[in-house]
Amino acid sequence: MTHRFEPVIIGFLCNWCSYTGADLAGVSRLQYPPSLRPIRVMCTGMVHPDLVMAAFSGGADGVLVLGCHPGACHYIEGNIKASARADVISVILRDIGIDPGRFEIKWISSAEASVFARFITDFTKRIIKLGPQQVKPGKGLIQGRTDI
Amino acid sequence: MLIFKVGTLAKELLVHRNTVTNWIRNGKLKALPAPAKRYSVTKNEFIRFCKKEHISADAMERVLNKGAEPARGRNKSGEDILIPGADEIIGAVMVVGGGISGIQAAMDLADSGYYVYIVEKTAGIGGTMAQLDKTFPTNDCASCIILPKLVECGRHPNIEILTLARVENVQGSAGRFSIRVKKEPRYIDTDKCIACGICAEKCPIKVRDPFNFNISKKKAVYIRYGQSVPLKYAIEPEACIYFTQGKCRACEKFCPTGAVNFSQTGETVTLNVGAVILAPGFKPFDPSKYDFFGYPMIRDVVTSLEYERILSVSGPTGGALLRPSDHTEPRRIAWLQCVGSRNHNNCGNSYCSSVCCMSAVKQSMTSHEHIKGRDLERTIFFIDLRSHGKESERYFERAKQENIRFVRALPHTLEPGSDGTGVRMRYMSEQGRMLVEAFDMAVLSIGFEAPEDVLVLARQFGIELDTHHFAKTSCFEPVESSREGVYVIGAFQSPKAIPRSIVQASAAAASASKLLMEKIGTLVKTRQYPEERDCLKEPVSVGVFVCSCGVNIAGTVDVDQVVEYAAQLPYVSYVENNLFSCSADAQESIVEKIHEFQLNRIVIAACTPRTHEHMFQETLKSARLNGFMVEMANIRNQNSWVHQKDSASATRKAKDQVRMAVAKVAHNYPLQQERIKVVQKALVVGGGIVGMKSALTLSGLGVDTLLMEKSGILGGNALKLETCFKGDAVAPLLESLISRVNQDKRIMVYKNTSLEFVSGSVGNFKGVLNSSGKKEEIHFGAAIMATGAKEAVPDEYLYGQDKRVMTQLEFDTAVLYRPEETAKVSSIVFIQCVGSREPKRPYCSRICCVHSVKAAISLKKIRPAINVTILYRDMRTYGEWEAYYKIARDLGVMFIRYEADEKPVVKKKTGCLEINAVDPIVRRPVRIGADFLVLASGVIAHDNKHLADLFKFAVNPDGFFNGAHPKLKPVDLSVAGLFLAGICNYPKPLDESIEQARAAAYKVVLLLSQDEIRSEAIKSFVTENCDGCALCIDVCPFNALSMEGKRTGAKNSPARSGSRIVTDPALCQGCGLCAATCPKEGILVHGFTMKQLMAQVRAAINECVPEKRDLMRKEGDTRGDVDDPSL
Repeated sequence: MTHRFEPVIIGFLCNWCSYTGADLAGVSRLQYPPSLRPIRVMCTGMVHPDLVMAAFSGGADGVLVLGCHPGACHYIEGNIKASARADVISVILRDIGIDPGRFEIKWISSAEASVFARFITDFTKRIIKLGPQQVKPGKGLIQGRTDI
Repeated sequence: MLIFKVGTLAKELLVHRNTVTNWIRNGKLKALPAPAKRYSVTKNEFIRFCKKEHISADAMERVLNKGAEPARGRNKSGEDILIPGADEIIGAVMVVGGGISGIQAAMDLADSGYYVYIVEKTAGIGGTMAQLDKTFPTNDCASCIILPKLVECGRHPNIEILTLARVENVQGSAGRFSIRVKKEPRYIDTDKCIACGICAEKCPIKVRDPFNFNISKKKAVYIRYGQSVPLKYAIEPEACIYFTQGKCRACEKFCPTGAVNFSQTGETVTLNVGAVILAPGFKPFDPSKYDFFGYPMIRDVVTSLEYERILSVSGPTGGALLRPSDHTEPRRIAWLQCVGSRNHNNCGNSYCSSVCCMSAVKQSMTSHEHIKGRDLERTIFFIDLRSHGKESERYFERAKQENIRFVRALPHTLEPGSDGTGVRMRYMSEQGRMLVEAFDMAVLSIGFEAPEDVLVLARQFGIELDTHHFAKTSCFEPVESSREGVYVIGAFQSPKAIPRSIVQASAAAASASKLLMEKIGTLVKTRQYPEERDCLKEPVSVGVFVCSCGVNIAGTVDVDQVVEYAAQLPYVSYVENNLFSCSADAQESIVEKIHEFQLNRIVIAACTPRTHEHMFQETLKSARLNGFMVEMANIRNQNSWVHQKDSASATRKAKDQVRMAVAKVAHNYPLQQERIKVVQKALVVGGGIVGMKSALTLSGLGVDTLLMEKSGILGGNALKLETCFKGDAVAPLLESLISRVNQDKRIMVYKNTSLEFVSGSVGNFKGVLNSSGKKEEIHFGAAIMATGAKEAVPDEYLYGQDKRVMTQLEFDTAVLYRPEETAKVSSIVFIQCVGSREPKRPYCSRICCVHSVKAAISLKKIRPAINVTILYRDMRTYGEWEAYYKIARDLGVMFIRYEADEKPVVKKKTGCLEINAVDPIVRRPVRIGADFLVLASGVIAHDNKHLADLFKFAVNPDGFFNGAHPKLKPVDLSVAGLFLAGICNYPKPLDESIEQARAAAYKVVLLLSQDEIRSEAIKSFVTENCDGCALCIDVCPFNALSMEGKRTGAKNSPARSGSRIVTDPALCQGCGLCAATCPKEGILVHGFTMKQLMAQVRAAINECVPEKRDLMRKEGDTRGDVDDPSL
């Protein structure tokens, strides 16, 4: 008997834009797959790379960092900083053998409920295509810190 | 307040005493009888009277000055003189009516330092809004948004709610009313009642339930509804068989607390208040007055409010859409608009009730959600579809896309269906054919009528009513009744939807507050929380409360499974399921359970923390816990609502979310909020009428205000307006406003000024003004955006190519108010919705229909021979303005409708313009010659991007500012400390703009009247891991971090003692850029520490991939002495 692969995607949602947008998607009853496990953060700039790496090393199939559009950050430029970190995270993921396609940073405003629902749908499809993330103990797994 | 004897005043003013008596009798001097053969009059009224009657300034001054002397009662000659009553002003307010507007007014006043009595005639507050299922245009669940407000109102230390109460007698005058209130007996001791419901279970008598509009039964002992505030039972003596037949007393026998008390008697209390706000709401129209609607004989014909209860999960069908006759799901439903509105033949309600169109569209859209997976045919029969509110036109368009059928007809003669169920109705199609159609169910969109006891109320309070018995107000003072100190708000002022009622509530609070300002804070109590329990030393004990949210959550997520699962999680010592976790009874239960099970951390699995976290924090505080010991799992907005089709996965996700929340909350620790000093100065952006009104309200309530205008003159759009909708001239008001603003010492006016830079946050903003090149730095605590909007420039119908084609405002100045021009004209044509309600501008500008109709009436009054034609798509003369539509038709103004895909065509002819249109009724082309063509081009927003970027608030796709919540926070912007007013929000007439100006100003006063506000607790803090590497200093966007001490020790030594980072809490905004940059957890953010976030990440995955759990790195943390709660 084969099981349908239901990916687990960890999403860090910024309180001001994306979390609000996700709430609005609810109010508008826009449907998307139940793969996302949202974690509310004040700003995408608050998401330490360790958290992303811990999610992957724990076995998450995908990780999202969702925040305000550039220029709309509640904290001026937290999202820009997060974006710079995201570049580094992608590089590290490739180095340790995790498909960087499993990680994405994206800007979704508080009004873009439909964008949110569509994006989660698309990202989930992408992860399903990539299949479950295989953690290779002792090999690619990060044991120490990622000081970025 | 001046109190005088007729003779004394006559002497002072050098007139005969009979003259004074006559002034009072014929109402020229609005004085009220006071004790001991005296009269009282306010100073303002006296000054107005003197000016009007040309009484010499000397005499007036003399009276006023004498009045200003300390109260002695007698002067040297032993005669009565004018006694000032000023020191008798009472710092309390009575709100009559506990609906949403009454609640809002009460909360605003209580927050600002007045004691408030709410007099509610039913057994619980909430009004009509609590009876609604959903609200437009967001389809938000009505009870979800009103419940937190009810709870807050019910527990406010400065609000006293008198239920089952009515006003009996009113004495005194503004500033000093003495009001007798009769409280009916409840027969239940509210102190003892625990609302367990056993009494209702045992009660043998069933009676009609007015909360469900009599479509279901309740017991003779009842609560108004499950989330009622106060949540206490009451006995209805007319129904109770103990009262009618002298036996039973079952409730008394079974009541576990002995709360039933049959010997209770009514109580009369006399309350002394300084001002009164009347918010008695409305009475739904009773359609049984018409025989042709077959109501209530045909069982499947229901009113819109009954239908609302049928849809509601707390209603008689539990949210299942079942028709009354045979309890089956209807497949075809018809809505009939304008039942009891816009009808002067049958009921005399010639006004439009203004909300029923949108309410029908809402009901038709949400009905679908109540029928799972099957088709529902929905038809709305209407005369004109009035979606004139913000976002309403888009909502209407969405409805059309959802295949809701809109038929322009008014069905009549409703008959029962052939088998006794359903309904058949006859109507005339637009093509003139008589059609008969059968439906499973019909909903009558009933209008609003003035409340039942309105005449008594008006007599008691001495206020004037209009012809339809709604309260009489003026355009410029929209919430002031005809009597000083008495304010009228909500549907009692005129039929209106929730947001405007809320705005009026705050506006009335502003007016009352101004009247009673000197007594602010004299009668209030401050909210005291019990001392916090030191729970850090206790073992972690988590309580989980899972909300069903009616069926909002329970309909998709298997709540029982989640409850069962949560109980097995580590550290969880108690789990409970609530129907509504936000209701008053649930709050009490949470407090009880915290004490009973010694819980020290709480998880609420319900809706979004953005709207409800604050409320639960308050609940925790009252249970001796720190407010930050609560976490919410958002299993509604981000789960049940978005995974409606996949119940199993949604349940699994809900479990994960609860597990993540439990994991995080185990690491929570008490936080304290920093206090921030408030800059007691406000900034008003925009110098139009709204900006000036805001500034004057602010200065009147003691707030220094900077008024900024981008042009060189004050006045804005009002400079181009001749009269307001009610017909009062605008120019005199504008002049007086400008002169008052210029003279006001508290208002600084900056003209030709723009805002260049803004920083800071609520209570403490900094900005840079640019006044024609001169830069100035300003400080302010809060700001109001009143930037206005402008008339759109049309690009069709030969506009710009022929000067006889004009916009409305151009026509007003060039023709309408110039007799020499109007003398020449013989035919004028108006075209409505020019550029509006089209894909590129998909909203209705709300004001153009009334504007055109008023212009048409003026033309007809100038010379009846002028042919006036209005080409329109839907006539949206909403609310009381419907009267103008009727007058215009009576005067012979031609109204011809056109379709959006068949627009009129304008041609230039010699001597005149030729307008060709198609009359939809006769299906024939019509050709009209016109001297002038007036285009109702609507309102468009200014380019507000710069301002929105500076302050970082949201604008809608049309460029109008969005309120923080479309229903309950209409004047708050999404950024704390910022408010909006006027047409920068959405097109609206002057009276509504002025209401918003007042309301926004009052919100600012509420904020700035405090010396300090509690800042966010979510701030960064430095841990002992910090070794002063300073990486975080560079990334901090607010310059909140600095280095303390000197660097010592070797470069790579782990402890470079003496050098550390310090956080400035006043500057820190809690963004966490530092925490994510720090390589060693040397700096973290309260509420979002690495340990907390890491716990969430782990909890999210380790259940799914348990074999990987051990591979995860374990962390030490520096904060919170919780033993390792890795789940």
